[in-house]
Amino acid sequence: MAVKVRIPTPLQRLTDGKEEVEGKPGKLIDLIMDLDSRYPGLAERVSENGKIRRFVNIYVNEEDVRFLNAEETEVKDGDEVSIVPAIAGGRGI
Amino acid sequence: MNLSEEELKRYNRQMMMDGWGEETQQKLKNSTVFIAGAGGLGSPVSIYLTVAGIGNLRICDFDSPDWTNLNRQILHDHTRIGTNKAESAKITLNRLNPSVNVEAFTGKITEETVDELVGDADLIIDCMDNFPTRYLLNETAIRKGIPLIYGSIWGMDGMVSFIDSPETPCLKCLFPEAPPSETFPVVGATPGVIGSLQALEAIKYLTGIGSNLRGYLLVWNGMKNEFRRYRVPKDPECPICGNNKG
Repeated sequence: MAVKVRIPTPLQRLTDGKEEVEGKPGKLIDLIMDLDSRYPGLAERVSENGKIRRFVNIYVNEEDVRFLNAEETEVKDGDEVSIVPAIAGGRGI
Repeated sequence: MNLSEEELKRYNRQMMMDGWGEETQQKLKNSTVFIAGAGGLGSPVSIYLTVAGIGNLRICDFDSPDWTNLNRQILHDHTRIGTNKAESAKITLNRLNPSVNVEAFTGKITEETVDELVGDADLIIDCMDNFPTRYLLNETAIRKGIPLIYGSIWGMDGMVSFIDSPETPCLKCLFPEAPPSETFPVVGATPGVIGSLQALEAIKYLTGIGSNLRGYLLVWNGMKNEFRRYRVPKDPECPICGNNKG
């Protein structure tokens, strides 16, 4: 069993259209870097200099990691990680 | 003012809801809602609030519809191209329900204008397309002690939250920084889903029936037709509503 990572639609271009990918247990930032080795560009879209971008929310089992241990949050086998970037859209241009 | 015979018939099916009745319908008639934006989200939001009989709607948009808006902005049609969106909204909404008092504001929402635009509304509905204005509405909502219903969309996805700081986290707690601005893809039914959820949140708040998405972000994945709810804590370090604000 691995970690299930949900990829938001705008980033699925980087994961060959996959909405869910498997991640490696361990520190969240290491999981992101590992995903980047398979899906280049992913880390840059969600993080900067090893820190999660402040307009990207990452939830581990529905809890926001900013209020857990941020990038250092430990992710275990069977956990679900959701990447939810802020989206500006509504009124539409 | 009491409900007219026509209004009693018009709202009959919703007044059948448990705990609603004439008294609650009257409460809606006495309510005022500020709708920021008359575009993709502002369309379903304002249409559903109008037909539900929210007595006073203040709708604001400085822009005018163009052809690329018409796949989703159902307040407008091709004959309104060049007309201001708030004015166009008023025409459509008056036709749907003439007993609702719709005020159209055609200026930009800025630091200077926001207080007057929002006025004494009971509720703000954020149907904007950019974070600077969303943050400004968030700050205004907190300053005036008015709840704000946040909604946004991208493609077939969207999200909604009910913000009532200090009881709930504010928009800045939820997203501390604005995402880069972009022209994004969108299918009209997406703001249909998210805008309808915003309208329902508004109706629940104003009637006192049901419960709101307080402290939660509801995320809709339209590609899979799946809803998920995430818990959003208040950020004690939030520069807007936290311990060290202002």
